[in-house]
Amino acid sequence: MKRTVKRHEHARINADDPIHFSFDGKRYRGYEGDTLASALLANGVAVVGRSFKIHRPRGVFAAGKEEVNAFVQLEEGPYTEPNARATLVPLYADLKATGQNAWPSVRFDGLAMLGLFKRVLPASFYYKTFKWPSWHTWEGLVRRIAGLGKAPSQPDPQTYQKQTVHTDILIVGAGRAGLMAALEIVREGHQRVLVLDEQEKFGGSLLASAEQADRAWLKRVLADLAGRDNVTLMSRTTVNGYYDHNVLAALERVGNHLGTQAEQSQPRERFWRIHAGQVILATGAHERPLVFPNNDRPGIMLASAIREYTHRYGLTLGDNVVFYANNDSAWDVALELVTAGIKVTAIVDVRSTVVAKLQRRATLAGIELKLGYAVVDTRGRSGIKKLLLRKLTADRDHLTGPKESLSCDLLAISGGWTPAIHLYSQSGGKLIFRDADTCFVPDVASQAVTVVGRANGEFSQPLNLQALWSTPDVSSEYQWIDFQYDVTVSDIQLAVRENFISVEHVKRYTTNGMSIDQGKTSNVNGLAILAQETERQIPEVGTTRFRPPYHPTTIGAYAGRELGPLYTPGFQLPAHVCHVALDAQFEDYGGWQRPEYYPRPGEDEHQAIAREVLAVRNSVGLLDYSPLGKLEVHGPDAREFLNRMYANNMVTLKVGGARYGLMLNEKGIVIDDGVLVCLAEDHFLMHTTSGGAGTIHQVLEEWLQCEWMQLEVLVTNVTTQWATLTLSGPNARQVLEKLDGDIDLAHDSFSHMQYREGTLCGVPARLLRASFTGEVSFEVSVPARHGQALWEELMTAGKNYGITPFGLESLMVMRTEKGYLHVGADTDGNTMPQDLGWAGVIAKKPADFVGRRSLSIEVGQDEQRLQLTGIELLDSSADILAGAHVLSANGDSSTGYVTSAYHSPTLGRTVALGIVAGAHARQDEEVTLFYNGNRQAARLVKPGGYDPEGERLNG
Amino acid sequence: MLKINCPFCGPRTEDEFTCGGQSHIARPVTPAEVSDQQWADYLYQRINPKGVHYERWRHTFGCRQWFNVARDTVSHEIYAVYQMGEPKPSITEKGV
Repeated sequence: MKRTVKRHEHARINADDPIHFSFDGKRYRGYEGDTLASALLANGVAVVGRSFKIHRPRGVFAAGKEEVNAFVQLEEGPYTEPNARATLVPLYADLKATGQNAWPSVRFDGLAMLGLFKRVLPASFYYKTFKWPSWHTWEGLVRRIAGLGKAPSQPDPQTYQKQTVHTDILIVGAGRAGLMAALEIVREGHQRVLVLDEQEKFGGSLLASAEQADRAWLKRVLADLAGRDNVTLMSRTTVNGYYDHNVLAALERVGNHLGTQAEQSQPRERFWRIHAGQVILATGAHERPLVFPNNDRPGIMLASAIREYTHRYGLTLGDNVVFYANNDSAWDVALELVTAGIKVTAIVDVRSTVVAKLQRRATLAGIELKLGYAVVDTRGRSGIKKLLLRKLTADRDHLTGPKESLSCDLLAISGGWTPAIHLYSQSGGKLIFRDADTCFVPDVASQAVTVVGRANGEFSQPLNLQALWSTPDVSSEYQWIDFQYDVTVSDIQLAVRENFISVEHVKRYTTNGMSIDQGKTSNVNGLAILAQETERQIPEVGTTRFRPPYHPTTIGAYAGRELGPLYTPGFQLPAHVCHVALDAQFEDYGGWQRPEYYPRPGEDEHQAIAREVLAVRNSVGLLDYSPLGKLEVHGPDAREFLNRMYANNMVTLKVGGARYGLMLNEKGIVIDDGVLVCLAEDHFLMHTTSGGAGTIHQVLEEWLQCEWMQLEVLVTNVTTQWATLTLSGPNARQVLEKLDGDIDLAHDSFSHMQYREGTLCGVPARLLRASFTGEVSFEVSVPARHGQALWEELMTAGKNYGITPFGLESLMVMRTEKGYLHVGADTDGNTMPQDLGWAGVIAKKPADFVGRRSLSIEVGQDEQRLQLTGIELLDSSADILAGAHVLSANGDSSTGYVTSAYHSPTLGRTVALGIVAGAHARQDEEVTLFYNGNRQAARLVKPGGYDPEGERLNG
Repeated sequence: MLKINCPFCGPRTEDEFTCGGQSHIARPVTPAEVSDQQWADYLYQRINPKGVHYERWRHTFGCRQWFNVARDTVSHEIYAVYQMGEPKPSITEKGV
C-alpha cells in the first residue's frame, strides 16, 4: 500500500518548503512541522517496525509517546539513537532512520516466520526453555533474534548539560488544562510560573483540534503568557521524575530537532532539576486500545491518533475508515473525519445502545452503525483490509449470531482513556479507581500537587464507556495487549494458570507493560484481564508501581558534562611539571596524579624501581610526598582530644617532638596511622595516610561536634597548603645542608622523630625527621607555591651525590623491606591494634580512647585473629604476589593471606607481609602459600628483614 | 530529593548533605565499666521507626557542621531541624 497523501489546508506544517529524509535507505519528502511518523504516513509507509519477540509487521499506532510500534534507529555512527519513537522525532533535513529488529528490512523481515511459532513461544518460554545447561548458552542467539535498536558503539560527539531551576509554581503540560491553570494564576498574583510541555509546540490536544475557535484561543493565551515576566514557557521538555519535597526532573531536547547538523556550541539535551513550591500536573490522558484477535496489524490505529494526523498534519490516512469503540469519544472523531471529507464507512461499538444524538448524527453522516458487536478477527498482511464481526450477547460475555465482515483500509480503535497519572503517582499520591470510566484517577495527594484536566479524569464530555476487555469465545492467543513485547491475553491466562496472581508478578512473568512505552497503552487492559481471570475487581488487583523516568531519558543527559577528565576533579603535585619533565610514570592515588617511578630510556618497571631503591639505600633520593595528609589541631584542649583519638599515649609528646600513632574507630578497627607532631603546647600537626586527610578530618569533626562539644579544639586541613618533599638516604643531610637556611641540621640537635621549623631558601619551611624508607629522611614542607622551586633546588644540590627522584612504588618496596605497615594494604576491615603487635603499647596507656572498649570483647581476644607478620619464601629466587593465601596445616583452607609482596633489590629476594591467623605465636613456622594453583614453601618471620636494628634511620 | 534547612546556611538540597543515622546516642561515660552487651548496644543497636526519626546530618558540601533533623520515614517530611546538643523536640501527629 503506497500512496502519497495530499495535505489538508489547515495542517500545521510548512508545506512551502519540503525537506528530505530517508527511512531504511529510501529517500522521502516531508515538511517542517512533521514528525517522522507523520512524514512516513504521508508517504504511505505502512510497515515501520517489527514486534520484539515474533517479528510481526507493525505500523504507526499512535501520535505521541504512547506509541508502541514505530521505534526506529535514528541516525548512524556516533550520533545513533536506538528506540526513537517516530511519533516524537521532529522531522529535519536529511534525517536518517532505519527500522529495528528486522533483517534485511522491516518490510521484508526474514525472521517473520517466527510468527508461525507463536503458540510455542508463550510468556514463560525463555524461563522454561533456555535453562539447560545455562541461560548463557542461548543468550547470544536470543538477543540477536529478539531485540530492539542497537546501542551506539562510538562516543557521542554531542554535549549535554544539567541545570537547576527554582519556581513558585510548576505546570506540567501546556494543553488546555495547563494553560487555563496558568492564566488563572497570573491573573491572581505575581508568583513565578514555569510551564513545561513535551511537544515541539504548546497546545497539547488543541493542536489536533479541527475547531477554528480552539486555535484562536490557543494563540491568544500563548501571546498573553509570553508577555508576562513571571511566566516561563518551555517546549520540548518532558518531566520524567517526581521526587520528594517537590523536586522534579525534566529533559529538555535543545537541539534534537536540528539533527546532526546542530551547532555544537549548544547542548543536544539539558537535564533540569526543578524545585517547585506548588506543582500542577496537566499531563492529559492516553487512549487505550481495544483487545481483539489480530488487533496489531498495520492500519489499526488509536482514534485519537487518526484525529491528530488528520487535523494537525493534514493527512488522509484512509479512504474507507471503520471505527471500533466502547465509548463516545471515538464517535466525535468519526464525525470530525466526515466533516473533513474523509469517508467513514462504519462504527462498530461493543455497546448495544449509544446516546440517540450521536446515533442520529452518525447516521446522517452516512456511517453504518454496528452496535453491540465485537471484532472477532482482522485480515490484511501489511495493512488492514477487512474485519470480521459477531454480535455480542446482552451481558457481553459471549458471541452470538453469524460472522459478518466489513472491508476497510483503516481501523480506528478506542477502548477508553487512561489519565497520565505517572508523575502524580511517583509523588506518592494515592489513586482511586473510577468504575464509570474504568480508569485510575488521583485521590489523596501527599505533596503540594494538584492534578487538572484529563489527567484528573475530567473529560470534556462523558465517555459513557462500557468495557469489553477482550473478545470472548475466540482464541485468546492473538489478542494483543502489549504490542511491542507480543504479550497477548493467552499469556496473562497462562500466568494465572501457573498461579501468578500479584499484578507485579504477572507483569514480570508475561513482560506485559515492560516494553519501551512502559505500559502506557497496555497497563489497564492487562490488569483488567488479570482481574477477570482471577475473578477480582480491578481496584483489588491494583496497579504496578510507577517509577521514574516517565519517558526514556538519554544517559548522556544524566551524565551532563561529568565525563572523562571532568568526571572528578584531580589533584596535581606542586612540582608536577618537574615529574612530567622527568618522564614519570603517573598513576592515580586517591585523586592525586603521582609518579610510580621514573623510567629511563630502555628501562622496564622493575629495573627503574630497583635503580631508585638502590640509589636511596646507597646515596640519596627525592620523593614528592605532598599528598601526605596534614591536619593542624589547635586549642587548649587539643592534647586531650588527640589523646582520645590515638590508641597510644600522646600526653607525653614534647614540643618539637614527633610520635607515630594508630587511630581506631569506635569498633576498635585500625583506620589510619601517621606521625603526630607537637608544634606548641596547644598546637599539633597530625599526619595521616596520603589521601586519608579528608576522611580523618571528618572523623575528628564528628567527635568534636557531636560527642565532645565542650572541648575547645579547632581542626584545619592544611594538606594542600604545603608541598612536602622527602629527601631520603645516607647523604640526605649533606644535600639539605647545601640549601640556604636557618635550621640546625646536625645529628645531635635534630635527631630522628624530631621536628624543626625555620626558613629554607628564603621561604618558611617545616622539617620533620621521620622515615618510611628506613634511611635518614627529612620531610621538607614549604608553602605549596614554592614546591616546584624546592624540588629544583634539591635536585641541583644533590647533583654530586647522584640524587635520584623516586616514585611511590619504590617507596612501597622500601617500606616493605623495613616491614613498615601500610594501613589499608596490610590491614583489613577487622584489624585491631593488637593484631599489629600493639597490645603492650595499649596496656601502658592509662586513658580511654576511641575504640578501646571494643578491643577487650571476646572476638578481640581471640588467639586465632589475623595478625601481621613477615613472610619469607624458602626459595630465595621465587616470587609471590599479594593476595596469595597461607594454607592451613592440612592444606584444605586458608588461614590468612599475603598483603604486600615486592622483589627487594636490596636483599636480592622477595620481601612480603601478610595477616595470618595466630601469626605472633607461630614465628619461624613453615607454611605453604597458594596462588593461582601454585604452591610455595615459606616461613613466618618478624616483619622487616632490612636493617632490623634501625641504625640507618638514626644516622 | 529532600530539601534540608541547614541551621547555619539555610535550605539546601539533599546532595549537599550526608546522613549520619540515628542521633541522641550517648557514649558511655566510662566505657571500661560497661558490659559487653551495653557496649554492643551503644555501637550497633539502632531503631528503625515508621514515622518520626531523630537523626543527624552533616552539611558536607557547605558549612560541614552536624545538626539534628526530625524526619518522617514514611512521608519524608522534615518536622524540625535543631543543633547538636539541643534536646529532641516533641513531634505530634503533624509537625512540631
